[in-house]
Amino acid sequence: MSGTSSHQIDAATAWGGKTSPFNVSYGKLMMWFFLVSDGLTFGGLLSALGFAKFANPAANGNWPMGEEVFTHFPFTHANLPLLYVAFMTFILIVSSVTMVLAVEAGHRMDKKGVIKWLAFTVVGGLIFLGSQVWEWSTFIAGPDGNLSTWHDNTTISHNCYGGVYEVVGEHEHKHTVISSYGPTLYSNFFFFITGFHGFHVFTGVLFNLLVLRNVVRGVYHRRGHYEMVEKVGLYWHFVDLVWVFVFTFFYLV
Amino acid sequence: MLVRDDIVEYSLDTHHSEEEGKLVRKKIWKVTIILSVITLIEVLIGVKFPKGTDPGMQWTMIKYGYIILTAVKAGYIVLVFMHLGDERKNLRYMILVPYIMFILYLIFILVFEAGYVNNAWETLR
Repeated sequence: MSGTSSHQIDAATAWGGKTSPFNVSYGKLMMWFFLVSDGLTFGGLLSALGFAKFANPAANGNWPMGEEVFTHFPFTHANLPLLYVAFMTFILIVSSVTMVLAVEAGHRMDKKGVIKWLAFTVVGGLIFLGSQVWEWSTFIAGPDGNLSTWHDNTTISHNCYGGVYEVVGEHEHKHTVISSYGPTLYSNFFFFITGFHGFHVFTGVLFNLLVLRNVVRGVYHRRGHYEMVEKVGLYWHFVDLVWVFVFTFFYLV
Repeated sequence: MLVRDDIVEYSLDTHHSEEEGKLVRKKIWKVTIILSVITLIEVLIGVKFPKGTDPGMQWTMIKYGYIILTAVKAGYIVLVFMHLGDERKNLRYMILVPYIMFILYLIFILVFEAGYVNNAWETLR
């Protein structure tokens, strides 16, 4: 936008009808258009998951159960269904709240408030990404990070692969192996959709960091408004919105 | 200071005073509590009524309950956090109506087709 901000555009050039028909700026309108199309992408992916679940007879009775998809928690081997994923959900909701507080501070031209809340939002996003890394690595390598030496095969037997794990060998040669795989179709959807969402979180954190840098440098204060915070805020809330649906359709239903 | 058309237009609507800010923040915290409580309810239901124990009618009702709770959460996020509820009516409808129509159609067609595809595979066995 720096290319056009060096000279004034009159309303008749910017909007054919002299004023914005939706009473929003061009940038916000385009962000909404993008979010609608991105929302359709996620909607299509989650609908495809439903199709795969209902269409696949091999999955009947063999499809992983929502609340048993992830039952681990850091520093413990206890069977805790949903708790870790609920923690991730809560982190994302809180970071959405701090983002909307940053937007509110921007409306009052409160630069310090925007910096504080936007920084919290970035931290929340990073905690979520770190949590997802831990979740994925636990899925792939077991909670001890080494599936082949992991003995407690009862909690992992209902992981996202829906596979069966067996302990083979005796005494110090004991190790866990995968003796049969569950519906890999499910894990394909799981890793693709949560991965695609995680990629959105990652880019959201990047955008937030870039805007935070500009806020600190006073770019938006000089411009007279904090609309850019609002635009990345829309994207960030969208990421939270998608997670609400991912949470329901992977971990609950 | 550089002046742009959309900046003048924008700042007409969205700057607010300290007192108005207080009201906005009150609303934000209220919605935060609502979203947290709904998530807590979902998690408690998930722990209390696992799918494995009762795949029958009870589970079907819980499933629709989850979907309704999710829709409520989504509504609060879009209308309050994304401020779509504060935008003009024509913008609100332009974003929500095509999206909801298309997604409902997609879900309808995929879920119904999935049933037929499932039957076809079972017959082939």
